[in-house]
Amino acid sequence: MDPIISFKDFSFQYRSQQEPSLSHINLNIYPGEKILITGPSGCGKSTLAHCINALNPCSFSGKTSGSLLVDGVVPEKEGVFGMSKRVGTVLQDTNGQFIGLTVAEDLAFALENDATPQDEMFRKVDRVADIVDMKHFLRHSPSALSGGQKQRVSMGGVLVDDVKILLFDEPLANLDPATGKNTIALIDDICRREDVTVVIIEHRVEDVLYRDVDRIVVVDDGKIVADDHPDRLLCTDVLSRTGVREPLYVTAVKHAGCTIDPADHPQHIESMNLAPYQDKIRAWFATTTLPVRENHAPYALEVENLSFAYDPEEPVLQNISFRIRKGEMVSVVGKNGAGKSTLASLILGFYQPQSGKILLNGEDISPLSVRERGERIGLVMQSPEQMISKPMIAEEVGLGLQVRGVPADEIERRVNDTLRICGLYPMRHWPVSALSFGQKKRVSIASILVLNPEIIILDEPTAGQDFRHYTEIMEFLRKLNRELGLTIIMITHDMHLMLEYTDRAIVLADGQLLTDDTPARVLTNESVSDRAYLKKTSLYDLAVKCGFDRPDEFVDRFIAFEREQRDAGILHGNGAEIGAFNGAEARREKDTAEETAGGIA
Amino acid sequence: MKKKFGIREVVAIGIGTALFVVLTEVQIPLGFVPNTSLQPRMAVLAFLSAIFGPIVGAVIGILGHALGDALFYGSVWWSWVFPEAIVGAGIGAFAKKFAVREGGFGGKNIFLFNVVQVVANAVAWILAAPVLDIVVYAEPANKVFVQGAFAFLGNIIIVGILGSLLLAAYSRIAGQSSSLKKED
Amino acid sequence: MNRLLSYEEKDTWLHHLSGITKLIFFIVWCFTSALTYDTRVLLVMIAISAALYVMSKTEWRQVSTVFKFVMFFMVVNLVAIFLFSPYQGTEIYGTKTVLAPLFPGHAITREELFYLFNVLIKYFTVVPSVFIFMVTTDPSEFAASMNHIGIPYTGAYSVSLALRYIPDVQADYHRIRNAQEARGIEMSSKAKLTDRIRRTSSIIFPLLFSAMEHIDVVSNAMELRGFGKKKRRTWYAYRKMKRADVAVLILTAVFSAAALVITFADGNRFWNPWV
Repeated sequence: MDPIISFKDFSFQYRSQQEPSLSHINLNIYPGEKILITGPSGCGKSTLAHCINALNPCSFSGKTSGSLLVDGVVPEKEGVFGMSKRVGTVLQDTNGQFIGLTVAEDLAFALENDATPQDEMFRKVDRVADIVDMKHFLRHSPSALSGGQKQRVSMGGVLVDDVKILLFDEPLANLDPATGKNTIALIDDICRREDVTVVIIEHRVEDVLYRDVDRIVVVDDGKIVADDHPDRLLCTDVLSRTGVREPLYVTAVKHAGCTIDPADHPQHIESMNLAPYQDKIRAWFATTTLPVRENHAPYALEVENLSFAYDPEEPVLQNISFRIRKGEMVSVVGKNGAGKSTLASLILGFYQPQSGKILLNGEDISPLSVRERGERIGLVMQSPEQMISKPMIAEEVGLGLQVRGVPADEIERRVNDTLRICGLYPMRHWPVSALSFGQKKRVSIASILVLNPEIIILDEPTAGQDFRHYTEIMEFLRKLNRELGLTIIMITHDMHLMLEYTDRAIVLADGQLLTDDTPARVLTNESVSDRAYLKKTSLYDLAVKCGFDRPDEFVDRFIAFEREQRDAGILHGNGAEIGAFNGAEARREKDTAEETAGGIA
Repeated sequence: MKKKFGIREVVAIGIGTALFVVLTEVQIPLGFVPNTSLQPRMAVLAFLSAIFGPIVGAVIGILGHALGDALFYGSVWWSWVFPEAIVGAGIGAFAKKFAVREGGFGGKNIFLFNVVQVVANAVAWILAAPVLDIVVYAEPANKVFVQGAFAFLGNIIIVGILGSLLLAAYSRIAGQSSSLKKED
Repeated sequence: MNRLLSYEEKDTWLHHLSGITKLIFFIVWCFTSALTYDTRVLLVMIAISAALYVMSKTEWRQVSTVFKFVMFFMVVNLVAIFLFSPYQGTEIYGTKTVLAPLFPGHAITREELFYLFNVLIKYFTVVPSVFIFMVTTDPSEFAASMNHIGIPYTGAYSVSLALRYIPDVQADYHRIRNAQEARGIEMSSKAKLTDRIRRTSSIIFPLLFSAMEHIDVVSNAMELRGFGKKKRRTWYAYRKMKRADVAVLILTAVFSAAALVITFADGNRFWNPWV
């Protein structure tokens, strides 16, 4: 059989860059295959995808060499329009991809552009809406849909064209874990039922492996470093070496000192044969310890019986109560729309609660204005672009002080101190735009930190970040937490984040507080995870299959072990040395971040 | 990709109009003339015109003003809708000269931009709007000319300050130089 | 968000009309109302507007906030006219019947009051038509029908995109404003004018620049799905013009022509009850 996508000694270099982003790629993908392409940010995996759909070099100019054939044609010659008939691309930013005013119109968009007669269009839209299970939402506008639903529409929107290849660019980036799982299942169903080849670009390997893939291709530094069946690939150390997170159960088995055999099918924890490893895992478990973490500090934030609704018929939050001690790192989790952001808005005073109280250091803050609260509780938004309003770093960080009328010399001193803490001091005279995403995030945190808040609340601090940037941002927050004693609250649906970096998880579901417990217990409790649209961790399955009677303790010890190793600098993917980037690298990262088209809108 | 009127221009009109409409509710009142305040949305119109050219500018002006008025104020004052197109088209006509995207929006171009915006605003608000007010609505001449004059003043202030600021900042970002050095 | 006028699906003959029919009616209606100062014509127009408003089954909650705005601006405008031109009415109607002297140079005259009355009822002819247009026109179908009367589809699609992104931009705006306010950057303060502009800029700056990035993302997404490839395109939401549409358009043309003929029969646009 001839490959449907064939790279032969293919290289690509963006016009604005000194080095090629892809060099000497050799890759064949055959009809009907399902391929996962992975690698750290900036490795070239998105560049590879954009060569397949002709965005490179037709929209982002650059130079190609070698040959690339997709469905029998050369993408560069065929152009973006021509390729869109053969390759359906689902972008990471599903809101950006949602063009129509309603679901039906968005599904029909490609057909409209092709001047398809209306009755044929109705038929095709109905068929596709059926495939992606959006039949009951045809008249809905995008603002009435969840992220997962928008993604289904995006998929439907490219399927109407009878494409041969489906290309997914980071499909899981903005979804909660349970929705991500459904997405992977849907992709798998489509791949089976329709006659398509599927290429998924994603760094969350474990989540993609929820369903079988035929091969995993690992890209690093513009080159293909591995291309193999998942069962074989997971036995090597290629993922951790390139800074991609392995499935947690695989890491755990490796920590126990085992060498995994492909014959034991490590692709899924459910079907993996663990018999040869159990003894070693038990022995390893016995050597690990649990750090005792007790916090008797006074409460920094107390929320008592808080309720809120825009419309009395539909309460958004009902009777929420919890307490957070000084110096804690806590996560607030739950699916999109569970009320997490509303909770933050109430604490910051953007909305007034219908009933209930919020206490800061034991004192009721209801009389305080937004601005007064803002001096004591800092809010860091998800997208740093939405916070940054000055072109230069030092100006941006000092803005909050400047509007408060703080004298110039004090501003300078406090800004410089904060920049030093954040590792941005050497770049203080740079424009913000020269920074990488992670550095911009640090600027937005610095601009809050400079006000000396007692608590900071971060909305999805790591959304859309690969493992290295995730580690960089989180280690930075942990440092602030430890060294400044800052109380940190993180709104997230990243399970790794809550597991690895928070002491406690406050779980919301449908406006109610479902539970308030250690992350390990939350993620090993199936009914809680289900209701909160989380996904129980694969470490739980591993623990159960190995016969541990306290799976949550197994999880806790695993996390503690990893943290020890990270602190000792043993683990890979630890790019957390503050300020370790040089300027050239920052710019390269910025370019690649732009080239992945989208980020978080 | 560099067609005269391509997809990017279509999208720029769509999203630009949305921005203009949303910013209708942001007003910095001058306080002493009825119905007149500094309108930051004018700076956004000037910004988009200076980048995307006269057609995009004119269409955002008309569409944004009509839609914004209808959505927020329930009535469309047509004699003030069309002059908006003059501002957009006037500033947009010099888009190539400004070279915002290429990073060329500095000293001389800031000056040129402000000359152009003052002229365009003068034609729109001192001439076109009051004349249309009289022709279409038969409003008293002295009232509409005073209103027009204040609108002119307000708009040249906001476009002059905020518009120049936004363009200069964007130009710096878009046409970034790579001579950055770390300092201790 | 509730304060904005927005489309609501209902089952009335006005909702079933093509969007373009309503747009043409709306524009012709606005200009007829603007051009005529014939009180008799204006009163007939008010009656028609009111009847249409009732038939559109528009509820008060849909329009109440915006209605209060219109009333406010109307009052401001009427006062301004009086202050600037207390004798505009005299100039128009040729007589000067003082009812009450207010202060030097500003006497209240019968003619001025009548002129202001005409300006006032003009508002009431137009406002219902704006409401009807905004709440009965399905935005999707509207863009489609614009293209069908000859506006290039790229232009028609810009309108569709604008309507698509207004809620998104508005949500972004509120998010950014809240976050900046928490940092201490307030818009509604009594600071100096330059400070107020500077603070406004710290909200507009991120909003505008993320919009610029958004323009790139959306352009790519549209190109990837074949927008602009062909000379023409079809529309999922298009509805054929029906007999009712044609009838409305003809009636609109006839009415407006008649109104203007009656208005200008005596050589100018004003109707003088005192001759």
